[in-house]
Amino acid sequence: MYSEKVMDHFQNPRNVGEIENASGVGTVGNAKCGDIMRIYLDIDDEGIIRDCKFKTFGCGAAVATSSMATELVMGKTVQEALQVTNKAVMEALDGLPPVKVHCSLLAEEGIHAALWDYAQKKGITIPGLEKPKNDISEGLEEEDY
Amino acid sequence: MEQIYLDHAATTRTVPEVVEAMLPYFTEYYGNASTVYGFGEKSRQAVNHARDTIANALGAKSEEIYFTAGGSESDNWALKATAEAYKEKGNHIITTKIEHHAILHTCEWLEKQGFEVTYLDVDENGTVSPEVVEAAIRPTTILISVMFANNEIGTIEPIAEIGAIAKKHGVLFHTDAVQAFGQVLIQVDEMNIDMLSASGHKLNGPKGIGFLYIRKGVKIRSFIHGGAQERKRRAGTENVPGIVGLGKAVELALATMEQRIEQESSLRDHMISRIENEIPFAKLNGERSKRLPNNVNVCFRFIEGESMLIMLDMKGICASSGSACTSGSLDPSHVLLAIGLPHEIAHGSLRMTLGAENTLEEVDHTVDVLKEIVAHLRNMSPLYEDYIKNHKD
Repeated sequence: MYSEKVMDHFQNPRNVGEIENASGVGTVGNAKCGDIMRIYLDIDDEGIIRDCKFKTFGCGAAVATSSMATELVMGKTVQEALQVTNKAVMEALDGLPPVKVHCSLLAEEGIHAALWDYAQKKGITIPGLEKPKNDISEGLEEEDY
Repeated sequence: MEQIYLDHAATTRTVPEVVEAMLPYFTEYYGNASTVYGFGEKSRQAVNHARDTIANALGAKSEEIYFTAGGSESDNWALKATAEAYKEKGNHIITTKIEHHAILHTCEWLEKQGFEVTYLDVDENGTVSPEVVEAAIRPTTILISVMFANNEIGTIEPIAEIGAIAKKHGVLFHTDAVQAFGQVLIQVDEMNIDMLSASGHKLNGPKGIGFLYIRKGVKIRSFIHGGAQERKRRAGTENVPGIVGLGKAVELALATMEQRIEQESSLRDHMISRIENEIPFAKLNGERSKRLPNNVNVCFRFIEGESMLIMLDMKGICASSGSACTSGSLDPSHVLLAIGLPHEIAHGSLRMTLGAENTLEEVDHTVDVLKEIVAHLRNMSPLYEDYIKNHKD
């Protein structure tokens, strides 16, 4: 069902983890639909992404798109990272099954949410970047067994 | 790599004895069972023999067993044809929220035809309360359909109690026993069952064959019109090899039932107890004791089912999940939602269903692998990260 590239990124996900004092963090998706993606960015003074990490709750495609998205933005400028679309992520993974296309959208939104957070922290505006709708970092229900 | 098959609720291996019993009816005794000559008689006898075997297994009469192409057809037939035959009496049907889609989608279709359907709630273990069934009965109720055991979480329903209520109120009672038939003992008279659906491939028989038990006296329209097969109620040349295979599978299932129940439920309980003791934030779904002997269904918090399935598959282990990603929709399984699980926990469900061929070594190996997979996926999960940060003290 998945391409070899998707399976590779699922089995050996790149850049899993957290960045302490990250320049920007974005969380998108929601647990109700079964996908949550969190992207951490470390951006230097030149506006270049020096490090990028992710954590994802979701299916094989969600993990693989997160992993690929972090690879695609690594070393890029903020403006370049903004151009990494869900299509680019999908193409880099040699495609996704139709029912999994929304996972690649999540990856694009995750990057945007992290960039938005960075811009907020810095007090700057990034041309072309809109406030992400999908930030769900607050309001996650707590339930105990 | 050796495969460990833990998806017997999805389908089972057609065992060699069954295949062997079927083979002559492809190439040697291929005569049409409806013909006059002696050659066709051979096929007819084989069909009758299978019918007798199945009737005996249920405490039913042979003429009450109607062969179909499987569980879904039996469910469709039971519901649609009863609704049609009894529509003068009423238009109300009672079922539950945890039925198989063969029942639920048929009920939704019947609603579009003007029937009213009550979908009963279940408790947190997936048990349907007989009192709730009784309270839902109206003067216009013509049929109650409650599954014998749930295919996802394994809960066995109080079928005899519900059957007694149906009888008391003069309402027909159908049960979808696709998961239960061959696993646990079913007696249609004692349990007041009027109709029962079952399928061959869930009990080591072939795919594409099943039956509907219809109690004598129940008015039911024919489902497939054509020839006079199956007492004119289900036309079409008999699938003789399939029927023979189903009969053989039922014969074997009955002969080994007691021993299998003991073996499988002991493996099941071992697996559940190891998971509960060794993997944190794991919760058993379904009733603990009134449960199919082969069913283990667990939710692992903070992780998603499809990821687990792919990782298990990479280790040669076949299992299933009720996560949205495996259902083709954005919602997790309707059964897990009906027992009250929040979406994000329902997405992390894993079902492992045992068979007679599974061993203790396989079960232990699976739990060992599962421990690593759950830890790996949690390490990647933002939900787990949040939980740990919020519970540091």
